[in-house]
Amino acid sequence: MTTIQERVTTTAPVVTRKKRDWSVAVRVVVLLIASVFVLGPVLWTLSTSLRPPSESFKLPPAFLPLNPDLSSYEQVFKQLNIVALVVNSALVTGLIAVGQMITAALAGYAFAHLRFRGRGALFSIVLATMMVPAQVTIVPVFMLIRGVGLSDTLLALIIPAIPTAFGTFLMRQYFMGLPGELAEAAAIDGASPWRTFRSVYAPLAMPGLAIVGILAFNFHWNEFFRPLIMTISEQNFTLPLGLVSLQGNLGTGSISVVLAGVVLSMIPALVVFMFGQRALQDGLTAGTGK
Amino acid sequence: MSTATSTPTGTGSEPGRRQSAHKTAPGSKRGRVQQRWLPWAFLAPTIAGMGIFTLLPIIASIALAFFRWDIISAPTFVGFDNFAEVVQDPTVRVSFLNTIVFVIVAVALQLGLALGLAIMVQEKLPAWLRVFFRSAFFFPLILSAASVSIFMRYLFNEQFGVVNWLLSIVGIPAVPWLTTPTGSAAVVILVYVWQNFGFSFLLFIGGLASIPVETYEAASIDGATGWRKHWFVTLPLLSPTTLVASVMAIINALQVFDQPYVLTRGGPGDSTRTAVMVIFESAFQRLEFGQASAIGVILTLIIMAITAAQFRLSKRFVFYQ
Repeated sequence: MTTIQERVTTTAPVVTRKKRDWSVAVRVVVLLIASVFVLGPVLWTLSTSLRPPSESFKLPPAFLPLNPDLSSYEQVFKQLNIVALVVNSALVTGLIAVGQMITAALAGYAFAHLRFRGRGALFSIVLATMMVPAQVTIVPVFMLIRGVGLSDTLLALIIPAIPTAFGTFLMRQYFMGLPGELAEAAAIDGASPWRTFRSVYAPLAMPGLAIVGILAFNFHWNEFFRPLIMTISEQNFTLPLGLVSLQGNLGTGSISVVLAGVVLSMIPALVVFMFGQRALQDGLTAGTGK
Repeated sequence: MSTATSTPTGTGSEPGRRQSAHKTAPGSKRGRVQQRWLPWAFLAPTIAGMGIFTLLPIIASIALAFFRWDIISAPTFVGFDNFAEVVQDPTVRVSFLNTIVFVIVAVALQLGLALGLAIMVQEKLPAWLRVFFRSAFFFPLILSAASVSIFMRYLFNEQFGVVNWLLSIVGIPAVPWLTTPTGSAAVVILVYVWQNFGFSFLLFIGGLASIPVETYEAASIDGATGWRKHWFVTLPLLSPTTLVASVMAIINALQVFDQPYVLTRGGPGDSTRTAVMVIFESAFQRLEFGQASAIGVILTLIIMAITAAQFRLSKRFVFYQ
């Protein structure tokens, strides 16, 4: 990207130096204003959560958390079983991510490097399922879960989310980028097909698997629709659901407490953002013909 | 598959076609037998899972649309009754209309904002600034729509919200955001676009990076500068990206649920009720699973029709290099 950018710069239309500087400055100002609008609400949330509840609606608003006050965070632990919510969210998200990584790796490898009858057709079906909105299949999935006696359990959230068309697609692309000769070499060394996959291909596909895992984590950590339908008792709520019901219970009296919960729920997403942003961006835009 | 070259043997996980050329290879028969079931062992979890949790539910959903079922008593076949009732139901109608208006406004805003900002970021900026802006615009995507809607509800509070405070500075009187139909619809749209424009932005950044520099050179030799350059060069060359970005934005926007549910619960009245919200309500609040499925089938058909229409239109308007 940088190289393209540099080339654009060197071959930019011939304009007077003065005019160009002016236009760059205008652009930077516009972009900075846009950034303020994007980041401002998040900063307000953070700083409000760090002030006593009585100051929540202070105007003009404070965007920087000076003199942090942690009473709202104490309150959120008292008013909400936040530990249980975090544990539930972590369990659901973690198991879905690991499950998706394993199943997508296996299926992606089969679609990329194993030959079998109907491979193309089957892969097309897998791709086609990506177009069907989850809200359309939720009613039968709910009944199925209810039928096998798993309603209002964490498993009801985990199991249906593990098979992943998008993850399978991503892993197939990734494995296709690895040469088939590796399997031949492994076979010469006497490795079984399973061994070839586990010891040769899977380790090389770790970056692709990381993308699948990060995408799954980000999506399911933030998921609201399915938990709203699949869980009934509060002990099985995940974080987004718990926070929304907290907001409903508290009214406008304890804004900073609700916001403290929101900030806490953002921490894992922030960690992913800091360390896996590139992978997340690549994964999200993969398959769009970029 | 690469070359059946001088590799001595083709046993193991590599395909059967080559084995026939090496009939003398030891164990080739066993290898073949293994070959048959081996891929299916790898595929089993995904195929079984998707069969149970995606394909079966799709079929069940279509079938269910022709039955009346409250989950307690036995389902009764009602033909197209569900569809007829749903189409005449004023709430369902308003909700679909709301969804269409929402999609048009939100997607236009999202794509316009994303394209404008992408062009600005992509043109000669210091690298660190470009990285900063990219990260900033991408950031809302990692948050949960529920959390975002929670804090946005406070920001749009009529009396104490930061948004109205900002407006008061420029002399605009307090807007009743969440208590009027138009205000609520505007909030849902703004919050949705705030969170999602970064995705289209990323797609446009990718598309812009793939436009060859030579095109701009040629354009500038012909005397094109500033906005003319973008109108005549960037936009046509970016049209494949624009197509993908708009298809994805429309499909996602058609399924909007989290933001209106948390921000307004569909109100006031039915003013911000969306298609997916009526699916949710008729299934899980009124226990009319047949009707919910019928609405779902209609929504899916709309999504498929729009997708098909966009790709057909693209044949006329999209410029491939």
